[in-house]
Amino acid sequence: MPTNLQSAEYDTVGQKRWVWPGFAIPGVVWLSLLFLVPFYAIFAIAMGRIDPLLSRPVPEWNPFYWDPTVFADVLASLFGGQLGVVALRTVGYVFVACALCVLIGYPVAYFVSRKAGRWRWIWLLLILAPFWINYLMRMMSWVNLLSPDGQVNQVLAAFGATNLPDWLAGHHFVVILGLVYGYIPFFILPLFAALDRIDDATLEAARDLGANNAQTFWRVTWPLSRNGVLGGLVIVMLPMFGDYYTPNLLSGSPRTRMIGNTIDQFINQTTSQGAVGAALTIVLMFFVAGLMVYYLASINRATEEARR
Amino acid sequence: MRNQWGKPRALVLLTGLYVLWSLIPVAIAVQFSFNDGRSRSSWQGFSTQWYVGDPADAASVLYDPSLRSALTQSLTLAILTMLVATPIGVALAIGLARWRGRGAKPSNFLMLFPLVTPEIVMGVALFLVFDHLYDFIPFGTAAQFLGHVTFSISFVVIIVRGRLFAIGRDYEEAAMDLGASPWEAMRRVLLPLLAPALIASFAIVFALSIDDFVISQFLVGPASSVTIPVRLYSGARLAPPPSLNALATVLMVITIGAILVAGLAYKYFGKRFGGGDDSALETVGRFEI
Repeated sequence: MPTNLQSAEYDTVGQKRWVWPGFAIPGVVWLSLLFLVPFYAIFAIAMGRIDPLLSRPVPEWNPFYWDPTVFADVLASLFGGQLGVVALRTVGYVFVACALCVLIGYPVAYFVSRKAGRWRWIWLLLILAPFWINYLMRMMSWVNLLSPDGQVNQVLAAFGATNLPDWLAGHHFVVILGLVYGYIPFFILPLFAALDRIDDATLEAARDLGANNAQTFWRVTWPLSRNGVLGGLVIVMLPMFGDYYTPNLLSGSPRTRMIGNTIDQFINQTTSQGAVGAALTIVLMFFVAGLMVYYLASINRATEEARR
Repeated sequence: MRNQWGKPRALVLLTGLYVLWSLIPVAIAVQFSFNDGRSRSSWQGFSTQWYVGDPADAASVLYDPSLRSALTQSLTLAILTMLVATPIGVALAIGLARWRGRGAKPSNFLMLFPLVTPEIVMGVALFLVFDHLYDFIPFGTAAQFLGHVTFSISFVVIIVRGRLFAIGRDYEEAAMDLGASPWEAMRRVLLPLLAPALIASFAIVFALSIDDFVISQFLVGPASSVTIPVRLYSGARLAPPPSLNALATVLMVITIGAILVAGLAYKYFGKRFGGGDDSALETVGRFEI
């Protein structure tokens, strides 16, 4: 490993002081104009006014003049109104989907990382394959299978089932299974990496000290992989909370509406409700703020470790 | 202590079932893109009509105007994004890795933020800003391009920075001891050493852009700016013909191609310039907590 011991002087001797910030400037300017400013625009619109003539939201860039009316309405609806039901449903879907991700994903990641033996690379390729297939294609495939005359009902009919259901008519479990199907690869991969990093010697030591298989797993492997589980959960929860396309494709019914669907509706499908959409987006960010901070801190920590 | 290192049958079975569950639906979708008939659920023989069929009935990916335009739009966006986001990201990675001044920390956080922001939040943010502040930029290709570059830059930084840390500064210092100027050391030593990460970045940005759905949909403008994922989304529930499956399959082949290019180039350059054992998987693993 090369050391960076002299790097502090190196900057002043080898390269002029302004050079490194100079490299960063195009990216920093780009992200300021197209990430920071848009991010602020969410607040400016949510707390802005409505143009009475065009009935179109007008952003208010100065926080001193922010008008919390729309935001307050959204909050009122969240606590005890219609939006509250949607928010609870979203949390419920994400919770069940995450539990299923762990139940299915952990054994899979564990097997491929530690027990797959000679054929490991094939298994690895197979669990990586969904990454190269577009999410919408994967959902479209299920729409195909679950449609009234689709393959699932064909198989059921072949077994003599009559009164075949319309799977896409707004069933909770179909949407939840869709979420699991869509996001579980993103859970398995970081967990695989965490399990893969556990040194065999550690497990051998546990056995030498008299632990049996179950004890070795629960007292050594599981604690060492817990951060992988947490990381995988954060990675899948962030997009799940903001998902609107999965419930739209696999159900489309108001019965399975998630927060993301409401945002999509106010931003993409109407022209005058931008302020409500923006306020809902702020609500969504409060939901996931903890996850974002955790993720941010962990990427930052990984970078600091790599730098050393 | 029996069966200490043995194969746990239940795990094999479960993993096998998982793989079947995760891949069979897609395999069926691909199969029916070759169906010799309009059905997507009953097999009528093999045909490539949904890919290249007759110009007269305009029902294939090649001749249906909306499918063909989705394909060109996706490719155009992916190529433009790749060409712009990669250089910006590489420069940002080098700058952030070496800049120790006062602005370095906030800039680093600014770079990390898009990585952890849910796509729908970024989509809403960009939609609102193009609607109300940057209203001189029309929705459609221009807005989509700006959005795609914005979410791609941070991925490039993460990929390149990993490699930068692995390389360290010894090689450049050696070059300067041998008489190279700092710029020469960078151009003739650092950049070739970065080549694998550069090629991986190009390919990964291409794949990220062509696979993106949320940003493309929020910033969509005229019908010509509909990309493949947006087209799949709007068509999936409308009892589409197998040509939609064909379009999805084309997208899948393009994505796999891009990933393969990244993997192979990474391996090749890794051998030539040393230290290339840093696999793409490990790069993704860095996101792990």
